[in-house]
Amino acid sequence: MANFTLKVNGTTHQVEVEDDTPLLWVLRDHLNLVGTKFSCGIAQCGACTVHVNGNATFSCVTPVSSIGNSEVTTIEGLSKDGDHPVQKAWDEVDVAQCGYCQAGQIMNAAAFLEQNPSPTLEEIDNAMNRNICRCGTYHKIREAVALAAKSN
Amino acid sequence: MKTQTGTSRRDFLKIAGTTAGGLVIGFNWFSCDSPKMEVLSTEQILAQAKSFNSFLSISPTGDVVIFSPNPELGQNIKTSFPMVVAEELEADWEKVRVVQANLDPEKYERQLTGGSGAMPHSWERLRKAGATAKFVLVAAAAQTWKVPASEITVSKGMISHEGSGKKGHFGEFVAVATTLTAPEEVTLKDKKNFTIIGTPVKNVDAKDMYTGKPMYGLDFQREGMQYAMIQRAPFGMKLVSVDDSAARAVAGVTNVVTFGSSVAVVGTSTWPLLKAKKLLKVNYEPDGVVESSTDHDRLFTELMAKGKAEVKRKDGDVASAFKSAAKVVTAEYQCPFLAHSPMEPENFFAHVQGDKVELVGPTQTPDRARQETATLLGIPPENVSVAITRLGGGFGRRLRADYVVEAVEVSRAIQAPVKVTWSREDELTGGAYRPAVRYRFEAALDATGNLIGYKLRGVGMNAGNTTRETNFPTGAVDHVLIETIEHASSITTNAWRAPITNFLAYAEQSFLDEVALAAGKDPVDLRLELLNRAKTKPIGELGYDVDRMLGVVNMAKEKSNWGKNPAVKQGFSVYFSHKSYVAQVANIEMEAGKPTLKKITAVTDCGLVVNPTGANHQVRGGIVDGMGHAMYTNMTFEAGVPKQRNFDTYRLIRLKEVPEIETHFVDSGFDPTGLGEPALPPTGGAIANAIFAATGRRLRSQPFIEQKEFSDIQLQIKRG
Ligand code: FES
Ligand code: FES
Repeated sequence: MANFTLKVNGTTHQVEVEDDTPLLWVLRDHLNLVGTKFSCGIAQCGACTVHVNGNATFSCVTPVSSIGNSEVTTIEGLSKDGDHPVQKAWDEVDVAQCGYCQAGQIMNAAAFLEQNPSPTLEEIDNAMNRNICRCGTYHKIREAVALAAKSN
Repeated sequence: MKTQTGTSRRDFLKIAGTTAGGLVIGFNWFSCDSPKMEVLSTEQILAQAKSFNSFLSISPTGDVVIFSPNPELGQNIKTSFPMVVAEELEADWEKVRVVQANLDPEKYERQLTGGSGAMPHSWERLRKAGATAKFVLVAAAAQTWKVPASEITVSKGMISHEGSGKKGHFGEFVAVATTLTAPEEVTLKDKKNFTIIGTPVKNVDAKDMYTGKPMYGLDFQREGMQYAMIQRAPFGMKLVSVDDSAARAVAGVTNVVTFGSSVAVVGTSTWPLLKAKKLLKVNYEPDGVVESSTDHDRLFTELMAKGKAEVKRKDGDVASAFKSAAKVVTAEYQCPFLAHSPMEPENFFAHVQGDKVELVGPTQTPDRARQETATLLGIPPENVSVAITRLGGGFGRRLRADYVVEAVEVSRAIQAPVKVTWSREDELTGGAYRPAVRYRFEAALDATGNLIGYKLRGVGMNAGNTTRETNFPTGAVDHVLIETIEHASSITTNAWRAPITNFLAYAEQSFLDEVALAAGKDPVDLRLELLNRAKTKPIGELGYDVDRMLGVVNMAKEKSNWGKNPAVKQGFSVYFSHKSYVAQVANIEMEAGKPTLKKITAVTDCGLVVNPTGANHQVRGGIVDGMGHAMYTNMTFEAGVPKQRNFDTYRLIRLKEVPEIETHFVDSGFDPTGLGEPALPPTGGAIANAIFAATGRRLRSQPFIEQKEFSDIQLQIKRG
């Protein structure tokens, strides 16, 4: 066990865990930030996507020991009142079915649009292809990312 | 419209005031001789909720709370059910709040999600619930204002009397309403006047989902709760011994317990368990037959040739029809086992305390979870409480209670509250699969290309009846034989979204294309010809409504410009399942010399569309699901062990792999039926038929990408 100081959603947290513990489980089991989801655990589905220094990152394969001073942002910290342009677009388009994948989709989309504020549809498709939605909401995901880009 | 009261099942109402001065209305849906009225407090109602079925409550502030009894897994029922109640109540949707009800089999009659059956079951009950509440509120206003009830109008939660200019919101009349008698009959709205039903109402949980609020089973936490993960035996094997010393040495692991052939590692958080599980040294021995996929292939061939078949349907004289046939078409189709793979893996919280159990988690059948828990522990079912969380998908997996009972086992063993979590590997290797099935179809054509004989024989691995013997094209063919053969496999199976039809439809709709080709007919013309025959001269029992099926076929033909553009190669498919009718057309065009799947047009008759957003979601989602599994997903076995263990090898469809999907709905005037399943079955057939039209390759097995006929056609998928 080792002590780690983590900056998550603008707040500093102390946790005592093994160094190989993935960020995902630190967030979920130790910091009670359960908006970040577990699904595959092997960097295949994107349900666990968070931002590390603004980059969309699979938290399920990111050991806590690799975080250091980086700023971690989770879905809970993406905006104060759920009013990030991507969250608003998701609401406007009414994207979710079961909703389980959507926090990861939103985090991926938000990081992508930060880096590429006016993407082509093809760029949207490439960026969002990393996240699986088992319910098949792909058409709406694409529509919502395009809307968020437009309203930005 | 007046509701029927001549039935034995008479609905009646209970009205009560709440301690806060609100109105609570409960409906009883059980048969009774005469309507009854009682005034009860909320506590009394909740405490002796024996005869209630559903509640809606209205506060003095005019806020309306509607309880949603059915588990929500993405089918949007938590939004669409309350829409129906609010419509008849004439509520202001902005002031409606929806609450997920816990399991209460005495209050709610059908508290499960599966079979696309919730809306057909509840449509009229929900409408009456809203209409009766409106009736008493209007009566209360009439009494208060001393005006005739007939002169009162209600809109968006406001009650008005034009003559006197009086106006007030619902909340102002709840106190008087509790003193009134509920009517035995209520007038329901004319569908023309619906203002909420038929509009795109947004998901009631949207904000919570998009801001990461805890709402799924996996998010549930409780003070003092332990975490557990379970190592389960391969199919056909049982546990002999386990060496858990290395697992116990992992920091954060507090216990290792064994029950049946399962070994549970217990600890204070999830990560140590994922590590420790891999360190268990477990010995198994065969317990019955250990099967591999090669065994299944052999069994399919053997059983198809000489298995003991159960006859499901026999019309006319098949033997003579085939003897006299000018042409016989024969083909075999096969599908693999599939896991459900909901994005949220199975999990459940259980806390066993003496003879009482508290359960919390994602389940499609809370009552089954309760019953199986009670049976395991030998306690009365009433001692088990079940709180239903939102489900991160289900697809049929959460109709079983195996993962609930496991949590109960672990809680009992460690005498503490525990949440059992499945890893993705556990989920994919844990069984309860869509059964593998092989079909053989035979069609007899006369000299003019008429379909005179039709034979279907299905062999299933724990599939039950592999056929749907009253489905199209039965009823349209004079001589029919439908048989099914079962193999009791050690691989466990379960209902999977659109059970049986999820594959049967693809096989049958592809085979009908083969028949059309042999008969020299256009595939849509062949279906129309058969449907017209079923209409004018039906043979035996028909499980489908011919006119509704014709309705979707004709509209799909029109909307897809069927056969109009020679550059567009099209595949047609139409299927009736789970009470709805769906026709689909897949379009393939050549782009840069490659066949490119660009669009699927879907026409659905699910009766009245309650929520167009939800309906579109279900149709598109069903198509994406049907397409993904037809194209990409396989599950194979080696000595009872599944070979695809995570999403790297168990391939699910991704965003770039879906074409444009255009949806249309037939306005057939029927009451709404469910939509969680019916759009999935036709998809594989539409795509396979389009691939044939474009390339001449006939795909008779799934997944397509693993078939040699598919290997060199270089199919691209693009959205227009
Ligand atoms: S859970 Fe991290 S990518 Fe799937
Ligand atoms: S909405 Fe269910 S997995 Fe995406």
